Amino acid sequence: MGAGHAHRLYRHGHSPVHALPPHTKLAAVFAFVLVVVSTPREAMWAFGLYALLLAAVAYAARVPAGFLLKRLLIEVPFVAFAVLMPFVAQGERVDVLGLSLSVNGLWGAWNVLAKGTLGVAASVLLASTTELRELLLGLQRLKLPPLLVQIASFMIRYGDVIADEMRRMRIARESRGFEARGVRSWGVLAKSAGALFIRSYERGERVHLAMVSRGYAGSMPVIDEVTASRAQWSYALALPSAALVVCLLGWTL
Amino acid sequence: MDSVTAATATAPSLEVSGLAFAYPDGHQALFGVDFTVGRGERVALLGPNGAGKTTLVLHLNGILTGGAGTVTVAGLPVGRKHMAEIRRKVGIVFQDPDDQLFMPSVREDVAFGPAAAGLKGPELEARVRTALERVGMEAFADRPPHHLSFGQRRRVAVATVLAMEPEILVLDEPSSNLDPASRRELADILRSLDVTVLMVTHDLPYALELCPRALILSDGVIAADGRTGELLSDDELMREHRLELPFGFDPRSVTMGA
Amino acid sequence: MHVPDGFINAPVSVGAGVVAAAAVAVSLRGARRELDERTAPLAGLVAAFIFAVQMLNFPVAAGTSGHLLGGALAAILVGPFTGVLCVSVVLLMQGILFADGGLTALGVNITVMAVVTTVVAYTVFRGLVKLLPKKRRSITVSAFVAAVLSVPAAAAAFTLVYAIGGTTDVPIGQVLTAMVGVHVLIGIGEAAITALTVGAVIAVRPDLVYGARGLTAPLKLRVGGELVDTPAAEPVPVAARSHRTVWLTGLAASLVLAGFVSFYASANPDGLEKVAADKGIDAKAEDHAAADSPLADYGVEGLTDSRISGGLAGVIGVGVTVGAGTGVFWAVRKRRTSETSPSEVGESV
Repeated sequence: MGAGHAHRLYRHGHSPVHALPPHTKLAAVFAFVLVVVSTPREAMWAFGLYALLLAAVAYAARVPAGFLLKRLLIEVPFVAFAVLMPFVAQGERVDVLGLSLSVNGLWGAWNVLAKGTLGVAASVLLASTTELRELLLGLQRLKLPPLLVQIASFMIRYGDVIADEMRRMRIARESRGFEARGVRSWGVLAKSAGALFIRSYERGERVHLAMVSRGYAGSMPVIDEVTASRAQWSYALALPSAALVVCLLGWTL
Repeated sequence: MDSVTAATATAPSLEVSGLAFAYPDGHQALFGVDFTVGRGERVALLGPNGAGKTTLVLHLNGILTGGAGTVTVAGLPVGRKHMAEIRRKVGIVFQDPDDQLFMPSVREDVAFGPAAAGLKGPELEARVRTALERVGMEAFADRPPHHLSFGQRRRVAVATVLAMEPEILVLDEPSSNLDPASRRELADILRSLDVTVLMVTHDLPYALELCPRALILSDGVIAADGRTGELLSDDELMREHRLELPFGFDPRSVTMGA
Repeated sequence: MHVPDGFINAPVSVGAGVVAAAAVAVSLRGARRELDERTAPLAGLVAAFIFAVQMLNFPVAAGTSGHLLGGALAAILVGPFTGVLCVSVVLLMQGILFADGGLTALGVNITVMAVVTTVVAYTVFRGLVKLLPKKRRSITVSAFVAAVLSVPAAAAAFTLVYAIGGTTDVPIGQVLTAMVGVHVLIGIGEAAITALTVGAVIAVRPDLVYGARGLTAPLKLRVGGELVDTPAAEPVPVAARSHRTVWLTGLAASLVLAGFVSFYASANPDGLEKVAADKGIDAKAEDHAAADSPLADYGVEGLTDSRISGGLAGVIGVGVTVGAGTGVFWAVRKRRTSETSPSEVGESV
């Protein structure tokens, strides 16, 4: 649970998608996924169209198909769950290759797989074309509370530093002959976790000291601002708008 | 020249008088520290571990208060009243650059100080660029800090403080963990700056190289104050305060322009 | 596990998003009240800690290993508000930066994994600490119990969300038992790690553990050759009005949401109804299935009862949340009036 996939997805590039202001991309991707989730699962053709739309975005962003497909492996856990659904769901059953599967379960599995995969693909496209700093600025522009964005910024800045300290602790443990095997070792591991917390908290206090030494008085100074022109917004919103058309067709046809 | 201009024209960068301080757990670190640093001077603060050097440094920009004595920076007393101004004038570079580079990119870190002081737009950009140029890191402006080497992070940390155009630059162990090439680069940078420097260091050759004057802080008081070369050549003084020169280093053999 | 897109339907996802946003907003204010201007760096570093410690492998057996979620740990170490904030930030960034968890499912993920675990853990923890003797052992024991309950509580909350907005017709009874059952086991693991970690921190820096406030022996003064207790500091007056407003607004919002979402959920022509209508599935058959499950009172599968049962599920959900939330506010309020604020190391900023 929460094992954390810490692989940064950003790929440096100069495509038109990379150049879009971050808050437009965030809004566009979120709207797109919302539309996808609102689509009835029986309209299977609609999901094919969504995939084509995303492929078009990937092409415009010059994100290679292999890269995108490899990152889709994140969703392996819930693929397993989806596969289980036709067996445990209720309702009318149908015979497939000698197995009795629930029709509703099959639909449910399709639903989760299609929407989940499209969601991950859209997220990956967003993260791979938008720099970290930009993502945070974009979130702030979309009216996320500045304090929250600031906390997220520190979390990301120091996430690697803390993970490094954790790695050094592990190396120190192993160099002294400790092998983490079985539940017996949890005491030692928890002590490391405790030490890590103390170090992190104390670093937080030192960072605060450094901030105060440079004039911090409670709120972050404004350094960068992001703006978007109407043209940029139109370009970005092309994706969710097209998806919306497909969705409405899916409901009416 | 009237008396006011005369006073400010020659006001020392730093004046510490009778500074005493004890931590809440009872441990007293400073027992009455007195010294003055003039404008443009480069002074090394030496002393054994536990002498109170870091405690002293934290008093210079008002992070620690509540003890006895006064600290005055360019004529301004360190206290609640002028705190923002004091923090602009006293630029402390702490030992761990990771604690000081807390923004997602180098540019934003350097901009933090001046932006907090109210600078915006092209003025802010110019300030950031100048500071980065002074430490030779202008090419790294858009990089995240964890992509830099330790020496590079140290230099950027110096830039974050230089961007505030301080009166006095206080460095806590600036050469620690630097390889010889980075040490030299930093030394060149410090020599090129036109700002008062107070350097807390264990690195005695570094102190001799960069600072004509040295103070020895020991047991919470200033035990010695004089030309660095003379202090380092005084074997008994060095032994008394647990200061040791590196193997084979003879301060008498070093010829300095300073 | 982070819920992906498509698992929960759109209206419920949006509803959960609103709940999550409200919870995070409340936590921001609470954290700022606690940490003041140190909020950003401290909460940020604690969030970084949680992010890192979630990747720590706790070996179970034969190649499998468990991981910490951290909601209970966060609540006990840095308090409920900062705790919710930190875990929420971790989930938010995992969703946006690493595509871990659906963007539309952020509301659900944050509500279930950040809010429910932290609130339940903190409420249980505070309750136990008040009852048990003031010793370090009590803290670690309370931490264990709090964590062991928080994880299945999150699983139950997820099941509730799934009952209202799930997109497949898996019998809720089965889902609940499976989820809660598995998560009781996971909860034991989480509880052990949480208790051990809290114990490790208390041994070195008890002043950093939010949940251990009041555990330090009060300072004594030597007056006339005798040891006397230091005089108690003036209690900080609590602004009762602000708490009540938040409480009432939250309650109103939750009820409106529960009603709206439940109504919408049952009116939504999902696959179940369509299939049932097409194939003429007997409503009675559904009732039988529902009657067997432990949740027979609000069996969501029953077509005829769908609206009422949905609404009831929603109201019960609100009731649990409000109860837990009120417990937290009450506990926090009590703490503020009865304890003195910890002193800092002579720093003035």
